[in-house]
Amino acid sequence: MGINVKIKRGMDIALEGEPHTDVLSVDAPATYAIKPTDFKGLVPKLQVKQGDEVKAGDVLFVDKGNDRIQFTSPVSGEVAEIVRGDRRAVLEVKILADSEIQYASFETANYTSKSREEIKSLMLDAGLWPFIVQRPFGTLADTTISPKAIHVSGFDSSPLSADLNVTLKGEEEYLKVGFEVLNMLTDGKVHLNIHNKKGNEVYSKVSGVEINTFDGPHPSGLVGVQINKIDPINKGDIVWTIKPQHVAFLGKFFATGNLNLEQTIVVAGSEIQKPAYYTARIGACVNTLLENNLKQDNVRVISGNVLTGKQIEKDGYLGFRDNQLSVIPEGDQYEMLGWLFPTYPRPTLSSSLPISKFLKKTFKVNTNPHGEPRAYVVTGQYEKVMPMDIMPQQLIKAVMAKDLELMESLGIFEVLEEDMALCEFVCTSKIEVQKVLSQGLELMVEES
Amino acid sequence: MKFLRDQVDKLKPTFSEGGKLSFLHSTFDAFETFLFVPNHTTKSGSHIRDGIDLKRTMFIVVIAMIPALLFGMWNVGHQQSLALTGANGNLLDNFWVGLLQTLPIIIVSYAVGLGIEMGFAQFRGHPVNEGFLVTGLLIPLCMPPDVPLWMVGLATAFAVVIGKEVFGGTGMNLLNPALTARMFLYIGYPSSMSGDTVWAALPDGATTVEGYSGATALGNLASATSSGTGWSNELLAGGSIMPAFWGNIQGSIGETSVVAILIGAVILVASGVGSWKIMASTFLGGLFMGWIFNISGSSGAWMDIPAFYHLIIGGFAFGAVFMATDPVSAAQTEKGKWVYGFLIGVITVLIRVFNPGYPEGIMMAVLLMNVFAPLIDYYVVQSNIKTRLKRVQA
Repeated sequence: MGINVKIKRGMDIALEGEPHTDVLSVDAPATYAIKPTDFKGLVPKLQVKQGDEVKAGDVLFVDKGNDRIQFTSPVSGEVAEIVRGDRRAVLEVKILADSEIQYASFETANYTSKSREEIKSLMLDAGLWPFIVQRPFGTLADTTISPKAIHVSGFDSSPLSADLNVTLKGEEEYLKVGFEVLNMLTDGKVHLNIHNKKGNEVYSKVSGVEINTFDGPHPSGLVGVQINKIDPINKGDIVWTIKPQHVAFLGKFFATGNLNLEQTIVVAGSEIQKPAYYTARIGACVNTLLENNLKQDNVRVISGNVLTGKQIEKDGYLGFRDNQLSVIPEGDQYEMLGWLFPTYPRPTLSSSLPISKFLKKTFKVNTNPHGEPRAYVVTGQYEKVMPMDIMPQQLIKAVMAKDLELMESLGIFEVLEEDMALCEFVCTSKIEVQKVLSQGLELMVEES
Repeated sequence: MKFLRDQVDKLKPTFSEGGKLSFLHSTFDAFETFLFVPNHTTKSGSHIRDGIDLKRTMFIVVIAMIPALLFGMWNVGHQQSLALTGANGNLLDNFWVGLLQTLPIIIVSYAVGLGIEMGFAQFRGHPVNEGFLVTGLLIPLCMPPDVPLWMVGLATAFAVVIGKEVFGGTGMNLLNPALTARMFLYIGYPSSMSGDTVWAALPDGATTVEGYSGATALGNLASATSSGTGWSNELLAGGSIMPAFWGNIQGSIGETSVVAILIGAVILVASGVGSWKIMASTFLGGLFMGWIFNISGSSGAWMDIPAFYHLIIGGFAFGAVFMATDPVSAAQTEKGKWVYGFLIGVITVLIRVFNPGYPEGIMMAVLLMNVFAPLIDYYVVQSNIKTRLKRVQA
């Protein structure tokens, strides 16, 4: 039996543009793209060139460091373009999709009788492996080991996030299969962590896993926080995490033998006309989702949530592991004496903005940082939104000082950028916490 | 707003790189961002940010000091009236006299401090930090009303340069800058900072009315202790604790009124800007040490004064609310804040009781604990590290 944890430190940021629970459909976009930049530490080695025909599940590129890890096409079609950036680094591999998707076929029948190695090989060949995130450091998973445990956060607590009971409705059988497969990958436990106030009916068929219940505000849904409470990562430990929607992909793959990466995503935010759920494939171009769906033009489109997502263009592509598209107004306006007399409500943890803090319930938030970067002055702020047993400000300062030993002893193994996103949000000095932490994690990877 | 913005935009190129006045870039930037929150947007990490920033945080501290400042202005006039005539003046006259006496001190403090800060910011290519908005008002509030202006300027310069900028500016300093300024004068010019004659600002050549005494409760208690006189309420101004609570007594400009300071404390705590942990633990520490002396069995004025009187007389309340809570020089860990504040309270009372050379202890205590705060934090951080190590062994 799992444990029951109540998260006290944290905050829910309620934003305008909550999605309706209807699942709408729009025209499938013409192009799809897989972005090597979605994966930490990946150096891609291309396996296709422009003009090649691929099926859904055919390899596009592999990891130079471990060429067993393949990245495959989510659709069938023609490789339309390979977008390169500085020093010819591959940024996007674009596919022009067929109107009818052709699937590469995989031999997945009787998966329960296959060995761990065979399961792994199938996942690697199909390009499902990159859905797994390895901690510490958030890299691609090591293909040669059995992790100490696999953790799945069964709910998302971030702003405007998808209700998984909507997005995974009808996938119950696939989730069951997916968790069976996860269990075959580790000698340790598979943890499914659910929120005890949100519905969990989609997991009704799942068995053979440790179910832990959580309660409380964001970041209770972050798997890093959950791991810290259940079975924290110590030096030398390796754990894997994967999101439930990706577990469903796994299940669908092993049940059908096809790589079908169609999922239900949420499109939300104050600048969306019809915030709701939509069906889309991994790597979909977002243009058809946003067409006639934006209230104005000066917006920021974010693949993921507003705290941790990546900014994309209006005709950009969904991130590989994202099931959320957030659209908020840009904040590129001057605000006269705005620090003293805010002209509109804004989300805050500070009681010094009493109207925003105590009266306003949901916010139309923009991307203005509401202040300029400063040295650390205020203390005790990060602790209010950091439920892990970690001293956040001290850790960030250790990273700034590039003190590897101190970083390690203050628990850098236990955190990824997303776990400290709320610290960045509340910071009075506007320190770029996620960027700093990211540098620290890179440094640790280099040294280890 | 549009008009103002246009004017600022017109001026901007002059101060930007390549412009005629580009050497004043940081200064221009300070004024521009004061008027307008910039139109920047988030570039990395979280796309949205909290509405709080350092300007607002610092400004709230300034607001919290206003009650003590206004009361202090009135009291400066009130004390002058008592010294010259022996009678209470009227409210507006007192306030006017106090305003004329206090305002130059504030102007000198801000002008010298901000001037140096802007110079350093320019030199380093940094933006001007808002920290001095608070320091610039704290310095006048902890000065005696009769302090010469050149001393204020000198002390402010010392505090900003030696107390802050040599460490790297706001956020990096070890000591509370305002107390550094006060300490500088206290050691360099003791006769202007303590004694019986500095607490009433008198016009040149004026003589005090017969029977007037400029001694403070702290002075009285210290001399009573050294002469072996026991504790009695007569040692306090007005013969009871209430004047010290309301504040119509002699003392530094902003420190006398516990009521005004408590209003400030409420503003700081309610807005979440000041640490209630530090305030509470400082008061607890003073109370605890006072109580220890009460029950210690030895007798003397300082030993027998009721413990909670310690919190009301002198600068204790002012120091606990405005000085100890400076987040940069205080302990930065949540557990550390309790220890830090408690020890400030304890040491303040210890200095008062045992050191007749320094009638007031809070300044020394805060500065001493400023020095020890990193050590306290070190042990708190170590305990977190140890729990993590234990987990590995288990």
